[in-house]
Parts: sequence; structure tokens; C-alpha cells
Amino acid sequence: MKYADEFRNKAIAQGIARAIGAEVSSQRAYRFMEFCGGHTHAISRYGLEDLLPANVRMIHGPGCPVCVLPASRIDMAIRLVDRPEVTLCVYGDLMRAPGSQGQSLLRAKALGADIRMVYSTLDAIRLAEQAPSREVVFFAIGFETTTPPTAVMIRIAEKKRLKGLSVFCNHVLTPSAMHSILENPKIRDTGGVPINGFIGPAHVSTIIGTQPYEPLAEQFGKPIVIAGFEPLDVLQAILMLVRQVNEDRYQVENQYSRVVTREGNRRAKDEVSQIFELRAQFEWRGLGLVPNSGLKLKPAYAQFDAETRFAIHDLRVADNPACECCAILRGAKRPVDCKLFGTVCTPETPIGSCMVSSEGACAAYWTYGRVRDEPLRQTS
Amino acid sequence: MSVKGYQRKLDLENGRVDLSHGSGGRAMAQLISGLFHQAFGNEWLARYNDQSAFDVTAGRMVMTTDGYVVSPLFFPGGNIGSLAVHGTINDVAMSGARPLYLSASFIIEEGFPFSDLKVIADSMGSAARSAGVHIITGDTKVVERGKADGLFISTTGIGIVADGLDLSADKARVGDRVLVSGSLGDHGVAIMSKRQNLAFQTEVGSDSAALHNLVAVMVAAGGSGIRVMRDPTRGGLAATLNEIAHQSELGFRLHEASIPVKPAVAATCELLGLDPIHVANEGKLVAIVAPDLADAVLAAMKAHPLGSDAADIGEAVADNRKFVQMATGFGGRRIVDWLWGEQLPRIC
Repeated sequence: MKYADEFRNKAIAQGIARAIGAEVSSQRAYRFMEFCGGHTHAISRYGLEDLLPANVRMIHGPGCPVCVLPASRIDMAIRLVDRPEVTLCVYGDLMRAPGSQGQSLLRAKALGADIRMVYSTLDAIRLAEQAPSREVVFFAIGFETTTPPTAVMIRIAEKKRLKGLSVFCNHVLTPSAMHSILENPKIRDTGGVPINGFIGPAHVSTIIGTQPYEPLAEQFGKPIVIAGFEPLDVLQAILMLVRQVNEDRYQVENQYSRVVTREGNRRAKDEVSQIFELRAQFEWRGLGLVPNSGLKLKPAYAQFDAETRFAIHDLRVADNPACECCAILRGAKRPVDCKLFGTVCTPETPIGSCMVSSEGACAAYWTYGRVRDEPLRQTS
Repeated sequence: MSVKGYQRKLDLENGRVDLSHGSGGRAMAQLISGLFHQAFGNEWLARYNDQSAFDVTAGRMVMTTDGYVVSPLFFPGGNIGSLAVHGTINDVAMSGARPLYLSASFIIEEGFPFSDLKVIADSMGSAARSAGVHIITGDTKVVERGKADGLFISTTGIGIVADGLDLSADKARVGDRVLVSGSLGDHGVAIMSKRQNLAFQTEVGSDSAALHNLVAVMVAAGGSGIRVMRDPTRGGLAATLNEIAHQSELGFRLHEASIPVKPAVAATCELLGLDPIHVANEGKLVAIVAPDLADAVLAAMKAHPLGSDAADIGEAVADNRKFVQMATGFGGRRIVDWLWGEQLPRIC
């Protein structure tokens, strides 16, 4: 497969792995957080940890939008779709995301709610056109990558006068989440597991560019390497992080230069800033309330805002107290450290956010990583 | 049966199924004789009984049943009719048996076009004939509009298995080889390419095919050295191997690089975030074969048109956790788990 196989070359991977092995100092531990679920997936899918020296450890971050969506937002969506006039459009991996008390959209659908699995915002537009008497609500979720398509959908709805279409907005911002992780006292005071550097988002950075990470690197003294989602990208980013750590540098470096620029996609950013504005705070599963980390529609677009339109108010729902997602998302614990992992919390019956989507830290570990408990290390 | 009195001819071009076609009256008799018997025609159906009698030879028989709810009904490489014949033949054949007879039950939604029904019945008839299997009994029900999505078909299959053959998913042994009969994921990708909200252009057609002749040459080459056969339909290769691992209480080690996947299937899966080993097949089988006979069975498979891309993709290993593991093309390892959640509803 052209443009994919080139970035999955075994010989090159082993070359980079050797370079990492040669660069690391046996005297220190390297703990890097890959922020994005896409990176987590690549690491697990290709077994990259088998290629890394024992003192380089990857910590799976909160960069999976389904995973960080709190139970309260699922409950709100279920309340929305309880209204008989509402058709809710959601991405498939949201269906099993846990709400409170065992609720999920999948269960709501089985009980008769009109929930449609869609693949893009265009499906929601089509549904709104086909059923003008229905209230079609698009469950918008995701980081900066998926916000521009939502903005475009609202523009189209405006232009086509689709009066029945609205958005349940759950878009969140990456730099705010990274800030929240680094501000966590456990990490700041190295009482928990210190993070020596970040692999920064791939797709998100195509939109926002590398610039927004610069204050973070500076303020917290952590190197950040923006990297693509292919396995060679990830390995190269790890090598770049190792070098920065060894040289006591903390810069934002761009491994994914074939796509990402410092400025990002100006047109997409403009479109987003015209339609969305910051929420004072937004709840993240695992991180709690994070200031300035979520988006909502500007008052001028209130007619497209499902929360305003249906007067759905913020709920607060407590997470399962035994769930360690909070510590796992912050890199303080590993999936196997959680009592629920693999017992009551599995991909079929997820309790915590990290098990919900295949990109979540626990789900990836469950699917791909359990073999690593055994000492067998591939040498060939 | 001769239908007396005037009856309007079935309008196979523009007509549609209505509730009278499931009522047990003359309209139903007309649908059965004018459409289904035409398509399936054989000596058993010609006797118009509610059941069919057939002779059995000494030995062991196998029986299986399956429901088909695929959406869309027509897809590249087949339709629900050919699928309903191939799928059930394959379930019979995976025991090593020779399939003999099928039953077919139709649940039709009011308003369904006769023209579509005829195409579907004809392809069932032709799939059965070319497989040397007879559809000898059936049933037709019509439900109100909105109560079924066009057409559902259930088929039951009966076959006869040779003495000494007792394939079963609990019979895999450590050291056995894992063989697949060809490229994986074709059926699922063909279906996805026709889904309304996912439509994309691809040259990939469904691999829907009857596998019993391939099974026969494998049995001739491997005999009871073939421990298990399964056709990896829903959930794909990953689900099939996990099932066998659990039933046989062992693990599997696969080599990603040796698993046959067409470039177009790989590219589609890449685009949609799927893994070909989770995608459904309708004309492929997985065989777990004793190590000393694996090469002979593989050679027999490769010599058959339906097994020309067959490959040895791994082995059974001792593992009390019953993990299916894979050496990635990258030099790492990963677990191949059951797919959780629904990758794509109504694939077959």
C-alpha cells in the first residue's frame, strides 16, 4: 500500500530502534507520554514496545475523545434522545461509552431511542434533509481535528436552511488537557510518575500547528515532539525525545513535517473561531473539570446548539471510585495496576474511559499488550 | 398440483409481493410454483409435499442451520440468495461432510418486487445446482411493510460425513499448523462498499462460494490429520481462531506477513480503521492440521481453484490463557482478540 508501507518498514524500524538503544543512557529512565490514541494504537498494533530498551517506557495519554467524554455527557445525550422528536447521530465507537448506572447509547437504542450510527457530518445533513419534521442532533465529539467538519456542517445547515439540524457540542482542546496533566501536583512534584516528554498529536497539529505547544514546553520544561501515526513516525519521535532529554533541551520539534506546519491550517482555524467559543470549563473523564478546555457554539449560532435548543443542562456524575482511569490517563498508573482491569472492566463491558474505545490505554493494552507480561522478547 | 380456475399470471417484471402471497391460499401456491419451483426445480419439490423424504446411507449425518439478513441484498459477487446457499453448504462442509440437501425459508416484506425475488431465487437455484446440492423443502411467509427489511432467508443443510472423520473445534493440538484457503476480508469489504452511508468504489467482490469440493480434496490429502475446519464469517479469522483456542484450550502464534490479504482490501481497511483479520469471509476456510500432514494438505488446497492463494499462517502453541498472538510485520508482537462491539451489522 503506497504511502503507508513506506512508514512501516521493518528494516528501517530496527535501524531506529538500534539508534535509540545507542542513545539512551542506562543511568536514567525515560518516560514519555504519547498524548493521542492514534499513537497508542500504533504502539500496540505494531508491538513497538518490544523494540524499545527496557528503560524507555511509554505512558498512554488521554488523547482519545470517546475515552475522555464523561458519563455526564452520555447521560445528557440520552436525555436528549428521550425526546420523541429527536434523532441522534453518533459515531459508532460512542455507542458503548458508559453513562451513569450502566446506561449507554447502545442500551438507549435498544429501548427504542432513535439513534443512528454515522460516519461523517454529511450523514447528519442527509438525514436532516430526508426527515425535515425530525429534530436531527449531531453528537459532535473530538479534538481540534474534528471541529472544522462540525463548523462546516453548521455552515451548510445555515445555507440550506435546515431548521431541524443541531449540534450537541463536545469538542475539546488538546493544549488545555496537556496543561492540566502537567499541572497535576502528583506530576509537578514528581510524587507520582514523572513524564520526561510528550509525543504530540499528529492530526490535531495539522489544524492548530506546532505553535500552541511552545508555551507548554517552555513553562514545564518538557520536550514535545509532534509525530505522525505510522510506526516509523512514533519510533523516530521517541529517538528525538531521547536526544532532547540527554541534551537537557525542552523544545517543540516537528517529526511530522510532511503534513504539519508551525501555523497550522489557517482556514480551518478561522472557520472554527467564527462559530465556536471557549467554555469556561469542561469535564473530562479522568481529568475532572479542566478550565478553557472545551468549545461551545457562539450565541449567534444558538439555534444550532442542541443544549440551548432543548434546554439540556450540565449534569454531574461521579466516576466509579475503584476505577483508576484518572491515574492511568495522567501516567501515574498502568492498566494492570487497576483492580477493575480485565475483571469487571473489559472492552465488552467498559467501566472506565480507557477501556471504551480501541484507542483507549486500557483497551489497547487489553487487545494487544497482555503478551508483554511474559518475558519473551523478539530478537530476530 | 393443478391450480383450477382463472388466475392472473405472476407479473415477474413489475409485480410485487403482497400479503396474499403468504396467506396459504392460491396466490401463495402460485408464487411457490411459479417462482421458487422454477428456480430450484427438482424431483422432490415436484411432489408438492410439506416435507420431502430421501434415502439415507449408513454412516453419520450432519445438520446445520443459518439465517441470512444481509444488507444490501445485492452486492458485488453475489446476493442474499447465493449467500444463503453457500453459507449453509460451507457450515455442513466444515465437518468434512458432503452436503446433500437444503431447506429454504423466506420471510418477505410486503411490497418486495417479484423481479428481485426471482433474481435471488434463480441465483439460489444455480448456486445449489453447481454445488450438486438440492433444495428439497421450503416455506414462505409475508409480513407487513416495515416488519422486515425486504427479505430474510433461513436455510438448513444436511450432509453425510465419511467414516473416520470427526472434525471438531476441541481437537486442535499443540504443534498443529494453521492453514487458510485464501485472501481474507473480501466479503466484508464488498458489503461495506455498497452501504449507503459508506459507499466507495472498489474492485473487490464477495468471495461467496461453496467450499465442499475444496474440503473433499483436503480430506483426501489429510484425512483425520485435519483436526478442525471453520469458515471465518462474522468476526473474521480472529474470532474463528479465538473460538478454536478456547475449545481446544491452547493458543495460536500467527505470522502477520504470511496472512494473504488483497491490496484493495488492505487499503480499504486502512481507510476505515479496520483490521482484515476481523472482516467477514464467505468463501474461505481455516484448517488446523497435524504438522506432518500440513504440507500435503496445503499442496492439495493450492491445486484447487478455491485454494490457489492458500497459506500456512501459524501454529498452535501451549498457552493456558488461550491467547491468539501474532508476530507483526514490524518485528513486535500483539494479541489478536475477538472483535468487541459491532464492526458492521448485518454482514450475512
